[in-house]
Amino acid sequence: MQKFFRRNFAGYAFLSPWLVGFFLLAIGPILASLYLSFTKYNVVRPPQWLGLDHYVHMFQYDQRFWKALQVTFQFVVISVPLKLIFALGVAMALDKGIRAIGWYRALFYLPSILGGSIAVAILWRQLFNYDGVINLILRLFGAEGPYWLADPKYSLWTLIVLAIWQFGSPMLIFLAGLRAIPQELYEAAEIDAAGPVKKFFAITVPLLAPVIFFNLVLQMIEAFKSFSGAFIISGGSGAPLDSLLFFTVYLYNEAFSFLRMGYASALAWVLLLIIALFTAIAFWTSKYWVHYENERG
Amino acid sequence: MSASTMPAQTTADIAHAYRQERAKRAKRSAVLKHIFLILTSLVMIYPLIWMFAASLKPDNQIFGDLGLWPSEFQWENYSEGWNALPVSFTTFFWNSTVVTVLSVLGNVISCSFAAYAFARLEFSGKTIWFALMMMTLMIPYHVVLIPQYILFLNLGWVDSYLPLIVPKFLAGDAFFIFLMIQFFRQLPRELDEAAMIDGCSPFKIYWAIIMPLSLPAMATAAIFSFIWTWEDFLGPLVYLNDMKDYTVPLALRSFISTDGVSQYGPMFAMSILSILPILLFFIIFQRLIIRGIAMSGLK
Repeated sequence: MQKFFRRNFAGYAFLSPWLVGFFLLAIGPILASLYLSFTKYNVVRPPQWLGLDHYVHMFQYDQRFWKALQVTFQFVVISVPLKLIFALGVAMALDKGIRAIGWYRALFYLPSILGGSIAVAILWRQLFNYDGVINLILRLFGAEGPYWLADPKYSLWTLIVLAIWQFGSPMLIFLAGLRAIPQELYEAAEIDAAGPVKKFFAITVPLLAPVIFFNLVLQMIEAFKSFSGAFIISGGSGAPLDSLLFFTVYLYNEAFSFLRMGYASALAWVLLLIIALFTAIAFWTSKYWVHYENERG
Repeated sequence: MSASTMPAQTTADIAHAYRQERAKRAKRSAVLKHIFLILTSLVMIYPLIWMFAASLKPDNQIFGDLGLWPSEFQWENYSEGWNALPVSFTTFFWNSTVVTVLSVLGNVISCSFAAYAFARLEFSGKTIWFALMMMTLMIPYHVVLIPQYILFLNLGWVDSYLPLIVPKFLAGDAFFIFLMIQFFRQLPRELDEAAMIDGCSPFKIYWAIIMPLSLPAMATAAIFSFIWTWEDFLGPLVYLNDMKDYTVPLALRSFISTDGVSQYGPMFAMSILSILPILLFFIIFQRLIIRGIAMSGLK
């Protein structure tokens, strides 16, 4: 007994802050929010048990819930692939010892560092204003831009562009991945007269598949979680016409504007399950298109 | 006949021609790449420079103007912005500094503790805890937000900085633990073993051996922790209601919600000041930041 204690003491001592945090701020709250999702709770009065009512209401009657899902999915499905394609394109241009690589890398990464800030969200509102920079540039080319922020048909594009603008971190991860591809493969392909397109699909994509997969999962989770951009640009409400009603924005408003903590907890659990599901799908399909170097023997 | 003498020459020729052709092509593609990269950089950086220009422009020049050169330099935008809200930005910057410094401290201490346990110590249940720790990477903050809020409300911590700071001392950010584990694992185990034979306690090993050798990892975690806390919006939005407690991002948001239509210049001036600390950090620690991402896949 004493020996057991002594062997484990140091480990658990060092782990103790994390353990406290894990139970009090992670797993505890997750279970608590599951419980709250079955209750009516407005902070002031104790929770009232409702059973599955919230979930039934959400799926059967809540138009805004479906709208929020639709907006969020649209954002994820459009912004993540575009961001990754852009990141890969730039990473490939930067690969192979191009001059001044450090400068480019820093410049391209800078928006990712600043992109989450409120300052940039405010700037974005200005850029996409009707008389803002984007429409002025379009006018230079003779095109008339729409009311980006007021027209629900276009408003989501402001946030998609904001997301793509922050392609820096997948780019850096792609760059590290490209470095690991043996140069001889490309030389061998050139001797076989393979063109750039052929080389890209026959060498780069398959060898980079694990990195593409990693970036895809990471960016997808990020996109599902994104909040402040939509919150600021829509003025906190998801306007115009709920076209910027990200799931997180809806959840925040239910919880903290209307104090419907029980219903918001149910929304939180749906979000958790969606993210878990998408991650699981990505992992499950990965065995068909991701092959790791060491597996091939 | 000539078949026996010619080939040697031709292969050499072909090889030479091939190499020349390759070099020429490489050069051409390098030029194309630079053009592409320079254009992309300009597009990327233009909005930020435009914002800086706007912070110096008179309000009537902010709309409908692509230019980066103010017709007249309105430095007053900065002093006006600083005092545009009922509470001055001196308070907001001080609040942000307090929250950020304590958060960075908490993150570095508590995450390095956990990482040291995972990377260097043996104890039962380690693999399970490790798996659980990795799972927390996926949990969206929104899911734990409501119960955490209720907890802090019951503790009487709402409208104070405790809900923003205390979790940082409990190793809440698994990203940093992961980053540090990766780094600790590269340090030779013999160091710990030698120290153990010399009678060093685990804490002594952590403090005198692991930490001094891990300064780059600690610095990387500290820098990211600084940037994310400085920019954090949702936490302060939920927990701080009194303007005198606001951090800088909350204060910036007040600019647009109070709809001070004639205050665009001052608003951009304060926006620029709000990202200035991050810009400085980025310029100084660029290498560490970029290496940190490649190493761990941080956002």
